[in-house]
Amino acid sequence: MDESALSLELKRDLISLFRQNTGALETNSGRILNLYRERAFHDFDKLGIPSTKNEAYRYTPLEKYFQGNYDVELNANPFKIDVGSVFKCDVPELDTDVVLVLNGFFHSGNKTGQLSGGVIVCGLNEASVRFPDIFHKHYSHYADSEADGLVALNTLFAQDGVFVYIPPNTVMEKPLQIINLSHSLKNLRITRRNLIVAEENAVANIVVCDHTLCNQRYLANSLTEIFAGENARISFDRLQNENNLSTQINHVFIHQLQNSLFNGTSISLHGGLIRNNFYARQDGPNCETNLNGLFLCDDKQHVANYVLVDHASPHGTSNQLFKGILDNDATGSFNGKILVRKDAQKIQAYQKNNNLLLSSAARMNTKPHLEIYADDVKCSHGATVGQLDNEALFYLRSRGIGEKEARFLLMYAFANEIVSRISVPILKERIIELVDKRLRGELSKCNNCDIRCG
Amino acid sequence: MLQIKDLHVSIDGKEILKGIDLEVKAGEVHAIMGPNGSGKSTLAAALAGREMFAVTKGSVTYMNENLLELSPEDRARKGLFLGFQYPVEIPGVSIVNFMKTAINEHRKFKGLEPISASDFLKHMREKKELVGLTSSLTNRSVNEGFSGGEKKKNEIFQMAMLEPILAILDETDSGLDIDALKIVAQGVNQLRRKDNATIVITHYQRLLEYIVPDFVHVLYKGRIVKSSGKELALELEEKGYDWIKTEE
Repeated sequence: MDESALSLELKRDLISLFRQNTGALETNSGRILNLYRERAFHDFDKLGIPSTKNEAYRYTPLEKYFQGNYDVELNANPFKIDVGSVFKCDVPELDTDVVLVLNGFFHSGNKTGQLSGGVIVCGLNEASVRFPDIFHKHYSHYADSEADGLVALNTLFAQDGVFVYIPPNTVMEKPLQIINLSHSLKNLRITRRNLIVAEENAVANIVVCDHTLCNQRYLANSLTEIFAGENARISFDRLQNENNLSTQINHVFIHQLQNSLFNGTSISLHGGLIRNNFYARQDGPNCETNLNGLFLCDDKQHVANYVLVDHASPHGTSNQLFKGILDNDATGSFNGKILVRKDAQKIQAYQKNNNLLLSSAARMNTKPHLEIYADDVKCSHGATVGQLDNEALFYLRSRGIGEKEARFLLMYAFANEIVSRISVPILKERIIELVDKRLRGELSKCNNCDIRCG
Repeated sequence: MLQIKDLHVSIDGKEILKGIDLEVKAGEVHAIMGPNGSGKSTLAAALAGREMFAVTKGSVTYMNENLLELSPEDRARKGLFLGFQYPVEIPGVSIVNFMKTAINEHRKFKGLEPISASDFLKHMREKKELVGLTSSLTNRSVNEGFSGGEKKKNEIFQMAMLEPILAILDETDSGLDIDALKIVAQGVNQLRRKDNATIVITHYQRLLEYIVPDFVHVLYKGRIVKSSGKELALELEEKGYDWIKTEE
């Protein structure tokens, strides 16, 4: 076993935390949520918190982020938030349906129930009770708790989050914006669990924004399962902008049936430690999966992206493009894997990771990985770690553009390749602004929010 | 406008320019010719402020100021323009954004407000026509995937946009077919005024059929070995650079 003394201790603490609270957890949660806890317990007990000896977490020293005292909320926080004001300050003019998730709980002020076309958006726990058939068919079917102790940990403590259901042949009228907020008077451990089901021919645009409203330490372990039925088209964009004391571990499991399309773009701006794990499985022919990520980090931030695209069926395509700009003492990692199974012929799978280091102390580890068992496939991978191009800098300066502005233009151009892939146009504009501010050092974690805490 | 006195320039400790003297006055066009490796591009880059070219001796006065003390961007803001021999590709930066930023940086330097969107578009439309640059090009990233001719046209377009006082065109003719050459030359000629000046660096006489210089200088082994009127270019064309070399 790869466990250090520290990870054993962390595991012991979490197991005892679960034991102390099992009663409350089970009372507060629907039957189906509770159904999976036993297995999750078993898996977590076996796996624990991944240490750097675990190959997938080699460059992400998680253990120290799990140390220290964190509160746990077992009930929804009664804190009143005006959904409208958060929505306004966060992404103005964005015509979306908005739901708020506060410390992992679907907020009671959300307008829930059915949207036009029979689209269902509600709390996860509520869905487990109201829509048991759909729920049972998908919940915990894609998230493999045997693969990662943190997945097991999420299932173990899962209580709430967002449930989205798009019926067959339905196009979501407006994008759905999920705003995850962390707000508390003390350091807090948060578990979020989301389930998104898009049936055949459904079209869904989902935007997730992660924010902290206070300068407490947050340790969030989030997990989203996404099911794309035949011919379904899903875009899933994420903006991560939490305070730099926060730790965000984020798993996204995507399960695609034939002819479906999944586009995911993650933009990581602020956050102490951000770990994104994407697992996409193409479980039918002709699927397309596009996973893009941009991370801009400085100070002591650490941003890690882990991607596994599993081509289990033929004629699929996938693209991974992750780009990072790291300054000061920031560190990052990219670990991307393309798996092409034996009978998955005619696959086209590409992967690219480009990074800019702006300081001598910034570090980036990148590890492309192909595992191919079929013989008729086109796959490529590439990774670069470098500095801003001096030739280009001089070219810009020779036109009268000051050095600082020239550097900004080049960084912005580097980042824009990702931002331009965001599916929702108005969100793209907003993100362009945020990236612009972030690169100029004008964006702090809280200044775009009307809610003043403390 | 520009006085170069005994200019010595080294790169990585190797002396390339070994004492250049040159004076350029307003309204003049100077051609600098010379065989490969004679230091023509080094002179251009040193004047534009490329840091890797170290000035070890001599002086350059531009508009009564010590040019060598200015940053590359300040040189540009004071009206110096370098047309690159090998324009750099900058993926992700559109020509529109690039030129808008450049013009606004020039304006800020002069204490002016940023240019209005409509004025900028009008200005750009005029200059695009001047060099026959299509909108499909200006909407693209700077020089990315451009042909050799398109890159050079883009240099002249930028020059037209920024309206420099002193333009230095480094081998703008290299890699151009005769039609592109004519368009580029036409652009340069239309931008000629009494109060600006141009230094045309070229290997061949061909360009000088279209941009008629007032003076021709021959650079060889880091020194100007001959200066004369435009007839010198024809003589060089006829006799080749070996003539200069043997005369040495």
